[in-house]
Amino acid sequence: MSAITETSDHGHGHHPGLHHQYEDMAQQTESYIVGMWVFLTTEIMFFGALFFIYTLYRWNYQLDFYIAHEHLDWKLGAFNTTVLLFSSFTMVMAVQSAQLKKRIAVMNYLGVTVLCAITFLVVKYFEYSSKFADHLYPGVNFATDAKAAFGEHAFEAGKLAVNMNHAQLFYGLYFCMTGLHAIHIIVGIGIIIALIRLWFNKANSVIHDYVPTEMVGLYWHFVDLVWIFLFPLFYLMPKPH
Amino acid sequence: MSSTVITTDGLLPKPQAEEVNYLNVEHTISSWLLTGDHKRIAILYLISTTFFFFLGSVAAGLIRYELTSPAGVALESDTYNKVFTAHGVIMVFGFLVVAIPAVFGNFVLPLCIGARDLAFPRLNLGSWYMYMTGGSIILAGMITGGVDTGWTFYTPYSSMYSNTQVSLVLVGIFIAGFSTITTGINFVVTIHKMRAPGMTWFRLPLFVWAMYATSLQMILATPVVAITLLLVVVERTFKLPIFSPELGGDPVLFQHLFWFYSHPAVYIMILPGFAVVSELIANFSRKRIFGYHFVAFSSLAIAGLGFLVWGHHMFVSSQSMYESIVFSLLSYLVAVPSAVKIFNWTATMYKGNVRLASPMIYALAFLMIFTIGGLTGLFLGSAGSDIHLTATYFVVAHFHYVMVGGVSLAYMGALHYWWPKMTGRMYAEGIAKANAILIFVGFNLTFFPQFIVGYLGMPRRYHYYYFAPEFQAYHIMSTLGSSVLGLGFILPAFYLTYSLFKGKKAPANPWGAHGLEWETSSPPPVTNFLETPIVMDEVYDFDPVSEHAENMKALEKAEQAENTSEGQH
Amino acid sequence: MLKFPLAPPQASNIAKAYDPLFNTLLALTVIFTLIVCVGVIFFAIRYREGSKADRSRPLYEHLTLELTWTIIPTILGLVMFVWGTIVFIKMKNPPKDSQEIFVIGKQWMWHVEHSNGVRENNTLHVPVGRNVKLTMISEDVLHAFYIPAFRVQMGVVPGRYTTLWFNCNKAGEYHIFCNMYCGTQHSEMGGKVVAMEPKEFEEWLANGGQSSAPMSMEQAGAKVYAKVHCDNCHGKEDNLHAPSLYGIYGKRRVFADGTSLIADNEYLRESIVQPYNHITAGYGQTMPAYQNQLSEVDLINLVAYIKSLGSTIEPAPSSLVNRASAITEATHSNSSTTLKTNAEQYNEEDHNATPTHRGKAPAVGAIAAEGKDR
Repeated sequence: MSAITETSDHGHGHHPGLHHQYEDMAQQTESYIVGMWVFLTTEIMFFGALFFIYTLYRWNYQLDFYIAHEHLDWKLGAFNTTVLLFSSFTMVMAVQSAQLKKRIAVMNYLGVTVLCAITFLVVKYFEYSSKFADHLYPGVNFATDAKAAFGEHAFEAGKLAVNMNHAQLFYGLYFCMTGLHAIHIIVGIGIIIALIRLWFNKANSVIHDYVPTEMVGLYWHFVDLVWIFLFPLFYLMPKPH
Repeated sequence: MSSTVITTDGLLPKPQAEEVNYLNVEHTISSWLLTGDHKRIAILYLISTTFFFFLGSVAAGLIRYELTSPAGVALESDTYNKVFTAHGVIMVFGFLVVAIPAVFGNFVLPLCIGARDLAFPRLNLGSWYMYMTGGSIILAGMITGGVDTGWTFYTPYSSMYSNTQVSLVLVGIFIAGFSTITTGINFVVTIHKMRAPGMTWFRLPLFVWAMYATSLQMILATPVVAITLLLVVVERTFKLPIFSPELGGDPVLFQHLFWFYSHPAVYIMILPGFAVVSELIANFSRKRIFGYHFVAFSSLAIAGLGFLVWGHHMFVSSQSMYESIVFSLLSYLVAVPSAVKIFNWTATMYKGNVRLASPMIYALAFLMIFTIGGLTGLFLGSAGSDIHLTATYFVVAHFHYVMVGGVSLAYMGALHYWWPKMTGRMYAEGIAKANAILIFVGFNLTFFPQFIVGYLGMPRRYHYYYFAPEFQAYHIMSTLGSSVLGLGFILPAFYLTYSLFKGKKAPANPWGAHGLEWETSSPPPVTNFLETPIVMDEVYDFDPVSEHAENMKALEKAEQAENTSEGQH
Repeated sequence: MLKFPLAPPQASNIAKAYDPLFNTLLALTVIFTLIVCVGVIFFAIRYREGSKADRSRPLYEHLTLELTWTIIPTILGLVMFVWGTIVFIKMKNPPKDSQEIFVIGKQWMWHVEHSNGVRENNTLHVPVGRNVKLTMISEDVLHAFYIPAFRVQMGVVPGRYTTLWFNCNKAGEYHIFCNMYCGTQHSEMGGKVVAMEPKEFEEWLANGGQSSAPMSMEQAGAKVYAKVHCDNCHGKEDNLHAPSLYGIYGKRRVFADGTSLIADNEYLRESIVQPYNHITAGYGQTMPAYQNQLSEVDLINLVAYIKSLGSTIEPAPSSLVNRASAITEATHSNSSTTLKTNAEQYNEEDHNATPTHRGKAPAVGAIAAEGKDR
């Protein structure tokens, strides 16, 4: 008893971007998009664990985290947020241009996205440098000068009011989470540059099919979204009672 | 001067043109190492998982050898600790999580849904390279000093105290984890988007349902352990105080994060086993699986509930009484779908036409052994009874019953079932049947005594037990059994390899089984099917009644022929 | 002779509550395993291809059957869950009148401290019939305190206290194991619970952790010998460091300057407090002088012990309690070598010897119980 009782006509003339395992472009497009969303789900679980750890420790050490966070400059953080949001906008425009097959526009928008990403990293560099200058990284010499690091709030009636272990924990999480995010930005820059090259070389895989560009766009929006959560959690803490 | 050309036309028989299949289409190394063909990638995985299984088994042999005497035999404690860690790490991350999905999922899944390949062939190749890279880094760590933390890497021992190659091995596991994640992504998209026309969800073989459930778990759970292990590396390198109490961190937090993955991980290991057993029982009982819908949904139930029970590994970790009670309740609930499967599989054989070929023997062994393994899990899922048994050899016996008696037996059954399809050769069935029984016997001799000695109080991960030499008898029994078991796992290497050269050529459907993979040649052509199949029949469309009638007729005929030939004498 | 015990001793109230639960789970396991195994084998034989069994109207689904074998195991499971939870709640709630004992786990030993300050290592003395609560913490990595005979176990965590409790109902000695992997000597981090009748326990506690049964002089001297580490140099035979003390009493000792003396009490005492007065032939001035370091009581006991070395008269078997304390003190000061010696010694010693005459490895658990009856 055979399950094969008929054959299907394989199709006339392949779309130049069609890969051999797919029957038609619709199937390919859907597969790529679904695959990308599934991948982003795994990224959510990846960052999610870190957000969980952060939530747990901040809940338990609210005051210490508040005092420790004062060294972060919310203005720089806000600037970075704006930069990334803008880069997401240019990325959306790049995807739209890809759908409209406007090659030059695509490359321009992708280029601006990369510039925004680099700006973000430059600001991050300055932020990290100032932390290192004040010894605000986990290790033996953490925060040797608490006044310089945390300001007046760190002291109450002349005594240290912040638990240095917990402050160290805060900065450990800060570097881990923003560091992991920065790694994703760097990888994203690499991917976008590779995409620009493909468009520049008029590669079949991107000229005739907007989906690869859309997939890169999805990744970039995800990276932006992670920052949208990181920024208020680290930079915009309200003072606990 | 012209020379006469001598031809052999008409003098010699024309050689048969050998059918082009995925194995012989190209022979270069790069055609293998840069392939996108899911079948070739499956063979690459077959070789590498066999290699890791062998290494892990050697470590197991060393452990059992050491445990024959209460004061050890040949190893220092440091070495012994590294050996059992190596056994755990290699077996879990190098074999159990990977083997059935990566070998048989890769090979069979596209075939049995009627697709030409997986959704993302290059990503599939990337998965294999991530697995090899991660595995190589793990081995490098083992060779350059080893790791002595146990495969669970509990903090603060792993993050602040052990001075072994912890960071290197954790990086290896981290990279290998991405192999799992990408395989999961590939399978999910393939199952959703690449089914042949007419292949509706409820016409899918149960193999696919279980692989789907596995893939969901791979995708959601693995990233959590990846980041957790990475944090341990960061803590070791940069003294980040996340899991260290001296610095304000929480060592039990590591356990929560670790087991949040590792409990679903055990379902990632066993669900593909369930996938295989469904196929074997249906095709060798020549009958549709009893309660198809219940079995299909039970896989999803296990995948879902499996995320909610991780705390049953932590009843004595200092988590609160209330946490423990909730996890215990959920653990009892997750046991139910597995029980349903066992009953359904058994009921499938009722009024079927059972063929006891070697794959079926593995499947039946699975049913019996997994029942014991699963039921002993109930001892551990109840917080009250777990207090006495946790971290003893009772737990070791429990998980070896489900992992070796479950996953590894399912793997062997799959190997014997799909071997003709993958290689185009038949192996010596008689030896294979005897080997299956050898494994069953050796397995029980090895691991059953461990239940007893664990109940008596023998802790796990113990090199010496000279405080309690009364445990020795059971350890000796277990070691003797392990030599039988080891033999059972070594023999297939020989008779299966032999079949590659001298085995009979396999027809497209040597077992008379149902499934799209049996509708194409053995081995399959590169694109799986010469024409895209269109599915019109239900799955496991056997008719045991008419088959039985035919069998009876054939038997009568044979009897008559005997009688007449006798009558002639 | 290999032994095949099937169950650990049932020596606490928790164990009494535990065993019925375990046995019921065991019975259920056996029943369901038999159902499946018999079913599988029976069907495989009866319905094998070519058998004449009736296959008309085969079954592909049957909702009632499915629900039955879903609901019944669920109910059985929930019943066992509830029972297990009741036992668990009992295990997690020490009574308010529990006597508290403190335990500190560290790589690779257990420090135990009783509420009146008495300390012991790797041993836990408890009274029979009283509620005892252990409050535990780790100094370094995760450990776990496990007493199989009592069916109690709890993780020992750095940075926070954990507790377990029990009420021991049978005097005797029982295994303690560390049951959370903690590094190199994880498997050597064991010990024993010594459960004594309440009166005996009170005496023990009041005596600063000593049994009131008086020690013989030889036993007291053995303790001093171990404390001062005479065995670092003095072995069974003459060696590079020091002459043997075995059988020395009453023998003539020849000295480096040619003179000699019979080894009597006076000589033995002098050779400890001022060893350089008479240096044995073949040796130099290497032994330290113990003048002012040992009391006269210590000296007299030490001499008595040395007199007993190598003599054909067996010293009176010390109570296991005292030997344990003696050993644990030695263990405490030089843990790794002594523990390793235990493993090596296990391989060397005569395994048919009764526990009291075994080497240094403390006899515990089933064997100790048997030994007492021999």
